[in-house]
Amino acid sequence: MEWSEWALSLAVFLPGVGALIVMLIPRAEEQLIKWVALLTTLGTLGVVIGILADFDYDRSGELQFQVDNRWIDVINSRYHVAIDGISLPLLALSAFVTVLCVVYSWNHFPEPHNPKAFLALMLVLEVGMNGTFVAQDLILFFVFFEIVLLPMFFMIGVWGGPNREYASIKFFLFTLFGSAMMLLSFLALYFKVDVPGGNTFDMVALSDAAGAGLTQGTASLIFAGLFLGFAIKVPMFPFHTWLPDAHTEAPTVGSVLLAAILLKLGTYGFVRIALPMLPDAAEDWAPWIGLLAVIGIIYGALGCLAQTDMKRLIAFSSVAHMGFVMLGIATLTDFGINAAIFGMVAHGLITGMLFFLAGSVQHNFHTRELSRLGGLLVQAPKMGWILGFCAMASLGLPGLAGFWGEFPAILSAFSPAEGLPEETFRTYMVVAAVGTVFAAGYLLWMLQKVAFGTPKPEFEHAHIHDVNAFEWTAWVPMLVLILVLGIFPNLLFGVTDDAVTQIANVFGG
Amino acid sequence: MNPVFDWHALAPDIILAATVLLTLVASFVIPERDATLVSRIAAIGVLAALVPIVTLANDGSDRAMFDGAYAVDDYALALKAFFLVAAYVTILLSIDYIQEGDYYRGEFYFLLLASVLGMSVMASARDLITMFIALETISIPTFVLAAYRKHDRVSNEAGVKYYVIGVLSSALMLYGMSLIFGYAGSTLLSDISARITSEGAPPLLAVAVFLSLAGFAFKVSAVPFHFWAPDTYEGAPTPVTAFLSVSSKAGGFVALLNILFFGFYGVSGAGTDLWWPVVWVLAVASMSLGNLAALRQTNIVRMLAYSSVAQGGFMLVPFAAAGIAGAKGDFGQADTAFGAVVIYLLVYGAMNLGAFAVVIAAARRTRSAEISSFAGLFQTSPALAVLMTIFMASLAGVPPLAGWFAKFVMFQAAIEAGGAWGVTLAVVAGVNSVIAFFYYAGVMRQMWFKDPVAEDLREIEVPYALTGALAITAAVTLVVGVYPQLFARVGELAF
Repeated sequence: MEWSEWALSLAVFLPGVGALIVMLIPRAEEQLIKWVALLTTLGTLGVVIGILADFDYDRSGELQFQVDNRWIDVINSRYHVAIDGISLPLLALSAFVTVLCVVYSWNHFPEPHNPKAFLALMLVLEVGMNGTFVAQDLILFFVFFEIVLLPMFFMIGVWGGPNREYASIKFFLFTLFGSAMMLLSFLALYFKVDVPGGNTFDMVALSDAAGAGLTQGTASLIFAGLFLGFAIKVPMFPFHTWLPDAHTEAPTVGSVLLAAILLKLGTYGFVRIALPMLPDAAEDWAPWIGLLAVIGIIYGALGCLAQTDMKRLIAFSSVAHMGFVMLGIATLTDFGINAAIFGMVAHGLITGMLFFLAGSVQHNFHTRELSRLGGLLVQAPKMGWILGFCAMASLGLPGLAGFWGEFPAILSAFSPAEGLPEETFRTYMVVAAVGTVFAAGYLLWMLQKVAFGTPKPEFEHAHIHDVNAFEWTAWVPMLVLILVLGIFPNLLFGVTDDAVTQIANVFGG
Repeated sequence: MNPVFDWHALAPDIILAATVLLTLVASFVIPERDATLVSRIAAIGVLAALVPIVTLANDGSDRAMFDGAYAVDDYALALKAFFLVAAYVTILLSIDYIQEGDYYRGEFYFLLLASVLGMSVMASARDLITMFIALETISIPTFVLAAYRKHDRVSNEAGVKYYVIGVLSSALMLYGMSLIFGYAGSTLLSDISARITSEGAPPLLAVAVFLSLAGFAFKVSAVPFHFWAPDTYEGAPTPVTAFLSVSSKAGGFVALLNILFFGFYGVSGAGTDLWWPVVWVLAVASMSLGNLAALRQTNIVRMLAYSSVAQGGFMLVPFAAAGIAGAKGDFGQADTAFGAVVIYLLVYGAMNLGAFAVVIAAARRTRSAEISSFAGLFQTSPALAVLMTIFMASLAGVPPLAGWFAKFVMFQAAIEAGGAWGVTLAVVAGVNSVIAFFYYAGVMRQMWFKDPVAEDLREIEVPYALTGALAITAAVTLVVGVYPQLFARVGELAF
């Protein structure tokens, strides 16, 4: 068999094999378990790097590494996986961040410890994340989309903070509700869309059909189901309430994976499924999506200012940042969608880093209360500087990755796709621009509270560790990428553009 | 005219019947100290009956006997195989329970297999009389089984309640059937179907259909005919509860499949107007009320009882969908719905029996059926906790466990039927599958998030038979979840 035929399957299922091996190793063999997990994730990253190297960037608009095998004939669902310029960066991000999470966890397993179960769950999670980004069949997509739920549920519920039971069940019920509605829409797409060659779950064929044969009302209803599924996952205002709870209670690594990858499953779903398959309905819905997006930007920012807990603040900042991403998508232009994908990757790296930092701060101070923290730059200068760097990246400082997600998204709202109300979107643009000012406000406020000033009396004589070797190993690659993508944004735009243009062409943008 | 006997087609039922008699005789002959022998005879007999099913399936031809009252086709074979495997698992669940509880052993397996024989016949029944006899053969032994812990008043209550309700539902059903016979002049389902197609359906037939549906609704414990289930399930010995909630319920569903699709679907969906609104209401009520009641349970067996009411509601969805489509003149859809019910039954059987197997295993140490007694199971017995998580998540319909595929085909049938009623049904089912997760997650929460309360922190020892039951059910749940194509032949069943 050709390498290109099994590369993607390997990238998806290798972590699953690792999870099985981890489960078979006795619990006492902790070192062995950690090494197996690390080697599995590294191996997966290796496969993904191989794919990156072999990917034909001149044809990034086309599906590559395509495999289309029989799976469930009864329901006409096939094992169809492939990647194009949109999936590739997200797949790479997922494989990359998981390795760093394993490294970070090495000596940091939260209570009640148990690395065996923790790492097994993380590996299963990776199967779901990688699978979602490569699936080209709606049912396959659905299955992978759901696989991430249980591991994250247990991660939050077992290893989380004091309020973990509430947070974990809330996370699960919200997303499950969304995906139930999404599944109904998938079925409706299957039965109602006229595809040459008969009913199909194939995402490529359904995108080509672009909702042929649907009345406006039906298409709008189907879009509503998809919207619920994806918007809850993103999460967009007003479906965001599970996010602060889940993030705050989750263990550090859980928060990082949640922010870096899981939220992207929702935005990716919009770009990959909702927009191309139902373009007409998307145009009807776009102004409303844009509205919710800018409400999210402002609401998330105001929410941040009201927080007293560092992790909760970062969680609310996610709501705001995902608002920019969704605004970019709502413009239905290639400019906006490119920005959105850049925003996804940048947010994954930056917010992932911020959650790592919050975890390390808590590890040192045993609190995340902003009022009790202070003077990190005095006690742990390196960590303080890194926090400053990430806060700058997050507020969209030019030259760092965050800028290229935020600024073009705002700019794209100036001229949305044809047929969309221009004035409405320009208003959104202004509101979103105001949102960036808020973003600078809350991030600098957080930085000031945590890093500046002098340590509070209670921690004055506390023994605070600065960044240790495991943290360096986990963080440096992310910091480097934040900088590199900030300086050479075309590294990413160049990959995504062709594929995005294809989607945007449907809207005449 | 002498009836023609196709011995090959009858072989599964004959072997089963012989085993039933053999266990009864064996229980008299074998001294009490060797009584595990009876369970072995029962288990071997069940497996032996599977052999002709495999040969018949390979043969592939549809066989009908007694003027079409008794059919052996792919559908009948799939369900016979299901009932036998479920019976085998139930025997595995029972061996240690019955032995350690010091209950009479011989009769237990005799009664159990007698009931299974009824189910096996039901799968082939294409005639009202045959169906009625099969249904009574299923029910009467279970009345005794439910009261098997005879020194326990709760168990006695369970038996009596089940008996009274069972007799009442039989009476309703029989009355309905007599009216149907009056209308069609025949008890053969194919004749009834032809009659509906040619003559249309008079109002009297609606009464008849409603009465017989009510009878079946008791058997499958559909809301509002479900109230006996929680008490009976809680009082009966746990392996019997597992049997009631899976096999006996499936028997009721097979009867529904037979009568609605072979009898009242007409040749071209002509009769569906009569019954789909009734089934629609039963489905919505069972899903919603079953779930809401399950949310409040603290006892795992009662929780599973209400969950099985809700799951029964999900299984009724494809019936209603087929009816909606049939009434619109879209008959092709009936096949999808038919296959969906069968797939749901098979998957539900595996995951629910598995859940009961864990309950039985855990109760060996905790001696309790409270959900809180599962606290910290992940720390004391991780393997059992992982298995229970698999079964609970599968019941909730989380991929990649078999439950998702069952839910999927159910949704598929509802969406394909379309129209306002079909879509509403699908949305109600969707919302309910989210609510259901809440109480399934309650068990997971105890196992994973809580610390153990008992002083005894050793791992629970699981006897061989239970391990076997867990292995079979877990394997089906996992494998079918990842590769549902295994059930392809079932999904493509046409009636």
